[in-house]
Amino acid sequence: MNTTENIRLQDTSKGRQLKDKLILGLVILLSLITISPIVLIIGKLVAKGYRQISLEFLIKNTPDTYTAMTALANGERIPGGIANGIVGTLIMVVLASAIAIPVGIIVGIFLYENPGKRLANFTRSLSDVLQGVPSIVLGLISYLWVVKHVTNGYSALAGAVSLAIMMLPMIVRSTEETLKMIPNTLKEAALALGTPYHKVILRVLIPTGFSGMFTGILLGISRVLGETAPLMLTALGSSMINLDISKPTSAVPLLIWEFYNDPNMIDLIWSSSLMLMAIVLILNLISKQIAKKTK
Amino acid sequence: MIQDTIAEIKNPALSIQDLCVYYDQNKAVKNVSVDIKKNTVTAIMGPSGCGKSTLLRALNRMHELYDNIRTEGKVLIHDQNIYDVPAIKLRRQMGMVFQRPNPFPTMSIYENVIAGYKLNGIRLKKGEKDEVVERSLRDVALWDEVKDTLHKKGTFLSGGQQQRLCIARALAFGPEIILMDEPTSALDPIATSKVEDLLVKLKENYTIILVTHNMTQAARISDYSLFMYLGELVEYGKTKNMFTNPIDPRTEQYLTGKFG
Repeated sequence: MNTTENIRLQDTSKGRQLKDKLILGLVILLSLITISPIVLIIGKLVAKGYRQISLEFLIKNTPDTYTAMTALANGERIPGGIANGIVGTLIMVVLASAIAIPVGIIVGIFLYENPGKRLANFTRSLSDVLQGVPSIVLGLISYLWVVKHVTNGYSALAGAVSLAIMMLPMIVRSTEETLKMIPNTLKEAALALGTPYHKVILRVLIPTGFSGMFTGILLGISRVLGETAPLMLTALGSSMINLDISKPTSAVPLLIWEFYNDPNMIDLIWSSSLMLMAIVLILNLISKQIAKKTK
Repeated sequence: MIQDTIAEIKNPALSIQDLCVYYDQNKAVKNVSVDIKKNTVTAIMGPSGCGKSTLLRALNRMHELYDNIRTEGKVLIHDQNIYDVPAIKLRRQMGMVFQRPNPFPTMSIYENVIAGYKLNGIRLKKGEKDEVVERSLRDVALWDEVKDTLHKKGTFLSGGQQQRLCIARALAFGPEIILMDEPTSALDPIATSKVEDLLVKLKENYTIILVTHNMTQAARISDYSLFMYLGELVEYGKTKNMFTNPIDPRTEQYLTGKFG
């Protein structure tokens, strides 16, 4: 290699290094832009909401406007909490999961087992469409089905049905994708031992794909935890803890909406949002951990 | 072409008669007829794509998992056609070991060995289980290496150990015939030689059908060899005879490395 060529090579390498640095800088900048909203949101929620958070906040019902107003006027902390919302959210999410998880897993297994069948393709596309349906529309549907005809009034059951419909496509998809990732040889190994087919699914495929399916379920739950729109049309809300699923029930996101509409209770928005965020974040972290463990 | 010595096989462990396997319209195994002798290692050799694995997998009806594969012909075991008995029952008589070790990742070593019982819902007493596990692991010469870690996941073992674990899993259920689909192709030479030694030992109690594209392996451990080419059975005979004095020119060309 002669010297001129050598120099030219060095030149281009310098240019490349510069480009490399520029791109790196750009990537870092864009990453910062991406993460800044979540950092800012959490920062704001903590700064504004931490004062209200206490044991009382978790175990007491929402105060009425008058109590809140008096407390505000005296410069005191607003009494009461969001226990009615927490219990209502729990009831509805558990109910929704009880509906969506078994159905979702069974449909997911069906899609995995019959990749080419017309019914499976049809189901898969429809389930994708369902994932894109605006949540308020699902609330409307549940209103028509459950509120009007089953519980004859706003109810936790109606809320749970709308949330279940939201969760369903997520669980179907994650189940199918997880099962697809399991090598075929494992299925063959089980069959070669003379295992009946249903046991191959129950005892080998599901345990092997458990973590992936579980992650999908947790993500689905954390997605519906914060849903407000469908619940407005179905669960309506309640100022008391209500354990009857055929009666109107509160939920944390519904409470946030109510607090927003009441000038005396607007301070409670932050602490309730903080609670909701914390639950969603924790669920997210758990699902990440489980996914990591099994890799 | 079948050597004279073969014609005398009496009470074969397995009698394959006119077996054809189709992938869609493509005939991958063409009218193969072979009697497999009991308590021997029979090697199925041939170049890639000649249908060796396809033939092997027809024997425990693995092809039924896939819609596009069709099988014709008969395979007799104790004078009964395998296509007339339930696949589940058949597969319990025929263990299978795959190309890559595939222990169940959610199960411990111990559970992997008795997976056949567990998955089939056969309850064993604790003592019986321990006995089956120890016997099977001793059979595959793995017992001393894992006896203290029986309750760890099987996937923590090395590749060679995992493959021996998979053989133990196949043995635990007490099959008559063990089908092996290139069981050493994913293993290093030391692990390979351990598995080979094991096969020679195992033929005392089992009939082993081994697919291999490794000629020297077939020469080392098999008693009978079956040479396939383009889906056809070209030659079948005692391994010693085939390697020293092949009848068909294609066999000779393959064995001398002219193709394959």
